[in-house]
Amino acid sequence: MADIILETTGLSMRFGGVTAVDNVDFQLREKELRCLIGPNGAGKSTFFKCLTGILKPSAGEVFLDDQETTGWDPHRVAGLGIGIKTQVPSVMDGLSVHENIWLSARRRSSVAEANRKTGEVIDRINLGGLAYKELGQLAHGERQRVELGIVMAGNPWLILLDEPAAGMTGEEVEHMSDIIRELNRNAAVIIVEHDMQFIRSIASKVTVFYRGAVLMEDDVSVVLSDPTVRDVYLGKKA
Amino acid sequence: MQSQMIKSMVGPAFAAILIMCLLPVVLETYTLTLLVVYGMLGLSLGLIWGYGGILCFGQAAFFGLGAYSYAIAAINIGESTVPVFIGILVPAVVAFLLGAMMFYGRLADVYMGVITLVFTLILFRFMNSTAGPDFVIGKARLGGFNGIPGYQTLNVPGFPDEYIYGDALYYLAFSLLIVIYLLLRWFLKTSFGRTAIAIRENEERVELMGYDVRIRKTLLFSLGGGIAGLAGVLYANWAEIVTPGLFSLGQSAEIIIWCIVGGLGMLVGPIFGGMLIGLMKFLLGQQSMIDNTLILGLVLVLFVLFLPKGVVPTVSKWLPTGRTKSRKRRRKSQGRSRKSEA
Amino acid sequence: MDLAAVIFVETAYAIASLILVSMGLAVVFGMMRVINLAHGEFMMMGGYTTIVAVKAGINIYIAILIIAPFVVGIIGLVVERLVIRHLYGRLVDTMLATWGLSLFFVGIVTMIFGNTTTGISTPISGFQIGDYQINGYNFFIIVLVILLLIVMYALLKGTRLGLIARGTMQRSDIAAALGYDPERIYMLTFMAGSALSGLAGAVLAPLVGLVPTSGGAYIAKSFITVVAGGPSIITGLISSAASFGFINQVFTFGISPVVGEVALLVAAVILLRLMPQGITGRFFKGKL
Repeated sequence: MADIILETTGLSMRFGGVTAVDNVDFQLREKELRCLIGPNGAGKSTFFKCLTGILKPSAGEVFLDDQETTGWDPHRVAGLGIGIKTQVPSVMDGLSVHENIWLSARRRSSVAEANRKTGEVIDRINLGGLAYKELGQLAHGERQRVELGIVMAGNPWLILLDEPAAGMTGEEVEHMSDIIRELNRNAAVIIVEHDMQFIRSIASKVTVFYRGAVLMEDDVSVVLSDPTVRDVYLGKKA
Repeated sequence: MQSQMIKSMVGPAFAAILIMCLLPVVLETYTLTLLVVYGMLGLSLGLIWGYGGILCFGQAAFFGLGAYSYAIAAINIGESTVPVFIGILVPAVVAFLLGAMMFYGRLADVYMGVITLVFTLILFRFMNSTAGPDFVIGKARLGGFNGIPGYQTLNVPGFPDEYIYGDALYYLAFSLLIVIYLLLRWFLKTSFGRTAIAIRENEERVELMGYDVRIRKTLLFSLGGGIAGLAGVLYANWAEIVTPGLFSLGQSAEIIIWCIVGGLGMLVGPIFGGMLIGLMKFLLGQQSMIDNTLILGLVLVLFVLFLPKGVVPTVSKWLPTGRTKSRKRRRKSQGRSRKSEA
Repeated sequence: MDLAAVIFVETAYAIASLILVSMGLAVVFGMMRVINLAHGEFMMMGGYTTIVAVKAGINIYIAILIIAPFVVGIIGLVVERLVIRHLYGRLVDTMLATWGLSLFFVGIVTMIFGNTTTGISTPISGFQIGDYQINGYNFFIIVLVILLLIVMYALLKGTRLGLIARGTMQRSDIAAALGYDPERIYMLTFMAGSALSGLAGAVLAPLVGLVPTSGGAYIAKSFITVVAGGPSIITGLISSAASFGFINQVFTFGISPVVGEVALLVAAVILLRLMPQGITGRFFKGKL
């Protein structure tokens, strides 16, 4: 059990009469890479928000690194060393790329360390030339990358990404999966995604959500060839 | 890096001192002192609104609290040094408590507006109703709508008979304004100051980075309250009487007008706005053709509609030379902040 | 017994007058998400219109119920066309611009009428309940407010115009797609809200000595009543006015009118802290 860093037991989230997440038991091991997939409204994003503290679950518990974090505020969850990227690019448009990333780096290290780390991250997300540009002036894909940089700069041991590839060009998606694989060397990663191309390209274990519950959990190749999964989700596309 | 920051402040500091010495040539120091007080008050709101994104409809409350706290403490103590600190501390603490209530409750825009506005009104109503002899703090009678006159004004620390007034008060007030301005410039470049700006830009992101947004906003709000309090202390020494009018909604509205006119998101803007409108009121006060309030109102409407960024940013856009220079400097200092022009 | 009756009437009056002073603001805020901080000055101008009309020899009820709302409605229309229309969707900017307008109107009225108190006497005389004197005009206000609420409800619920207005207030884009011009609806709503403010000011004019800065006394009260009421216009208005009016009267009779005022304001702060979306943001959801 020691290497389980994230666990939920009986996690449920109800909005009025609708149960968006229904009694989910979920486990993640150290340095694991996991994708959460499922059709629209399957509850994956709500589940994600319960993990990050943006939503307070109606029942069940969340454990992060053996600590119960159910109902914590997002800043406390993030303060544990967890990098979070939300669905809509959430960046500070009025600040430069450098400042955006610096602030994240500064949270857990000294000023000098943060300066060094920021330069490093900017190189890794390939935005060296734009470092002092205001984010509001950058393209959508570039801003997505900055948000990933913000996540990286916090030196997280667990990374939660909600649809990181949304609205990116093919080339950008490729670059993104490189970055994610690299991040995965030092941290566990959970990705909520429905771009199948992207999931295939990072090839990992997949958890399929359907109607608020976990339908199945297996390797990407197994899941994608499973007839039930095809029916509920992929059938429409294939 | 530290020395670089100090170097970047030498220029503005000299410019400010020069302005301080030149202004008395054109205007009386008596009028100028009031303009400096307005500048400082504008700065206090400019800080929390322009950098923290907190629109406070009741900045006058902290101004009034500073003035009243000073007056009450001065009557009781009889020497001005401690009262000055009380005049800063009381509004800062009150702002901290009020801010904590709002930010921990996650109240936003309209609701924050209501609460700050209502808070100001409570003080206004209360102070107006304290005419009776029952309302006494120590030796000081609150005096209702007549206010409190006749307290010990500013003196050289330790010498209650050595008053600081007239020209001396002007130079003291202006120096304090310069010191606060420079300290805030430094503050905005610290990690705390930079998170404050980031919170204005995107509160959720800052929170997801692991920063506690609530305490930071509360502290910034408190800092703004303290500066407004100091402005109140200076005002109390200039006017030599404090009245409930200090808490009035009109006063709060005026501070907001200064910030809009001067320009938000920079420190010089609100200072400039406060002094400019103050001067305008002074000049208008000498004629009786057109009502003062009418013009102030018109100014606010026109600025919101046509010049929402304010005078200072707009003017600096028209001066391309000044702009490129500041851009270069920014690059040299690692592009600290786009507000580094301030 | 007499005292109880007096307290009851006074409380009903306190609630009715809160509703009255907030109505115009509530319509504009509820339908358009615009906070009109010049609302108090609209009321003040309604009051002045009435006084001028009455002094010119016009019947006081015609002055209050027809002329004042009409004049202020027109002023509202002009304000909407010149200022508000450019600021839709920018909540804070509209607040600031209307605050500027409020100062502007105070200035204009001061220039025209001077900074002195004017007033007219109430058209209905008072009467006795036991040892206590009750102002008969208060009854007029209570009845008028009830009537206004009924008319407002009927308009919103029962007419085509009300339906369009409700649709626009929920999803202006869809209403636009259905062929209703939201700009026109906003314009009419703002005008109606202004007329209501003018009416409120006119109704209260005989009770107060009017000065150009009178509006300031109303705006804070109406502002908190509307915001504390939350998204539903009528239910919100009634529930928050009832809470605040009640608290105000308890402290007014228990201690003093000043404490009553302060208690009302403190109650507003506490209420908003507990229910940041206002009363109808939590209870009575989906009502009008």
